[in-house]
Amino acid sequence: MNAQPIVSIAGVSKRFGAIVAVDGVDLDIRRGELFALLGGSGCGKTTLLRMIAGFETPDTGRILIDGQDMAGVPPHRRPVNMMFQSYALFPHMDVAENVAYGLRREGLPAGEIARRVGEALDQVRLADHGKRRPAQLSGGQRQRVALARALIKRPKLLLLDEPLAALDRKLREGTRFELVRLQEQLGLTFVMVTHDQEEAMSMAGRLAVMNEGRIVQVGTPHEVYEHPRSRFVADFIGIANILPVEGGRAWLALRPEKIALFAARPNTDRAEQGRIVDVAYEGDRSLYRVGLVDGSMILVSTANVAREPREPWPRGQEVWLGWANDAGQRLNE
Amino acid sequence: MRLVIALPYVWLATFFLLPFALVLAIAFGTNNPDAVPPIDLGVSLKNFTLLFTDDLYLAAWLGSLRIAATSTLVTLLLGYPMAYAITRARPSLRPLLLMAVILPFWTSFLIRVYAWMGLLSSNGILNQFLRNTGLVADPGTILGTEWAVHLGIVYAYLPFMVLPLYASLEKLDTSLLEAAADLGASPITAFFTVTLPQSLPGVVAGCLLVFIPAVGEFVIPDLLGGTDTLMIGKVLWDEFFLNSDWPLASAVAICLLVLLVGPIALFQRQQAKSLERQ
Repeated sequence: MNAQPIVSIAGVSKRFGAIVAVDGVDLDIRRGELFALLGGSGCGKTTLLRMIAGFETPDTGRILIDGQDMAGVPPHRRPVNMMFQSYALFPHMDVAENVAYGLRREGLPAGEIARRVGEALDQVRLADHGKRRPAQLSGGQRQRVALARALIKRPKLLLLDEPLAALDRKLREGTRFELVRLQEQLGLTFVMVTHDQEEAMSMAGRLAVMNEGRIVQVGTPHEVYEHPRSRFVADFIGIANILPVEGGRAWLALRPEKIALFAARPNTDRAEQGRIVDVAYEGDRSLYRVGLVDGSMILVSTANVAREPREPWPRGQEVWLGWANDAGQRLNE
Repeated sequence: MRLVIALPYVWLATFFLLPFALVLAIAFGTNNPDAVPPIDLGVSLKNFTLLFTDDLYLAAWLGSLRIAATSTLVTLLLGYPMAYAITRARPSLRPLLLMAVILPFWTSFLIRVYAWMGLLSSNGILNQFLRNTGLVADPGTILGTEWAVHLGIVYAYLPFMVLPLYASLEKLDTSLLEAAADLGASPITAFFTVTLPQSLPGVVAGCLLVFIPAVGEFVIPDLLGGTDTLMIGKVLWDEFFLNSDWPLASAVAICLLVLLVGPIALFQRQQAKSLERQ
């Protein structure tokens, strides 16, 4: 295994007019990982992906792919392929022609193209759809055609722009696992852009959280969730109670599921008294908004392990909250 | 409500079907210079048989088709880059450029063709310029040749090519071009494999919009062409006004219509198809 990163981004910035889309990004992406760029709309994640693909040129900084400086290399000469958010399937070609497009540009013999297109369509379970037009396919089938088309050239790096955003919820969950399985089977590097933190957390080996053109944290899903480095990350990923500590000089990010509800004062490291203001029953868990004596609000969640809980916590109930000293993450920014 | 729906039919019946029926009836009649109007109605196929036996008419038809075809091709080759450039221009500039394409319509068609006569005649502006600058000592005259007819048709019908091409190029999803580039297509390959096939409806619409009226064109060959420029529209005019042979002129008109039904039907089908796709 080559230790050199497949993508190395150093000091990359990009502005569009007065808007700074990407602001001094440094990032290494390792060979063979599934990496996610996560952030809200306008955070610069798509611009960064498009700069890797070559559709945008960085104003400053360098992008190396497999050790090669990509400055001045047009998209059609880069060793990367992209799956577009809209899929960008060619409407005037059938499925097989779409998938064959990349190989035909390489001028391979027709027999080999046909064989590889057949394999690629098998891989995405569309073997008998080769003669259909994109307009005749369902959303999920189109997504698989786009995937097959992007993978057929066996790129070192596959870029995925919001790969699941256009699918409905049920399909999205199945497709998540399928993409991860494919990435592991092929041993390719995937870089995926998503605004959906659940998607990034469940699929990526590592992810970068972006905000206002900058990368605010890079890490495994576990690191980013349990050890956020800033209030932004703590708040953006999942739900967090952010409590001022040390007289307001720092904060504590406390996840709702790390807090337990008690009827009487517990002997946990920390204990606070309050009253349940709101209950949101979500089936697998319940979320409680608890007003503390000092007037602040804290979110607590409990897993609904039993079908009929012994202690249902109704609205208005006086409760005690308890958590351990190491349950939260101390934040300086 | 019913009246509103009936209105287009009444209009078509009065101004299209009725005149067409008259022309059809006259075409089967015979010429009688002493009658007013100069026709004897009847059922004679004489006019049609003459059209297919006299070389003049066949030559005029072929001439019309040839001139219309080459002019359409030239219009396409000029109009495509123009339409493409407009779609690639800054969005704020596009309405201005489109306006520039349509601007000639603000002047009468006839006056614009007359203007070309002034430009192309033997002592016209073009030749004066060539002589005065000494570029060409003895320039020939373009006016009165088939070159002038081509020039006139291309000039007059260019907007009919540019506008449908612009409409279809403007709809092109740029992410398709990015996908092509991403899969290894150079900009030129991407143009021929994505842009051009995607703009084919516009190409077909533009070509038919130019070709169909150009086949029957009368003013341009009459004013810019010479005596040897044979186009069917001009022959029709001559039969009617010079020879006062109404039945023969009507037969020419009927045949012209039959000749163009194919391309017109193609145009309609293609329009319907692109509407469906939207």
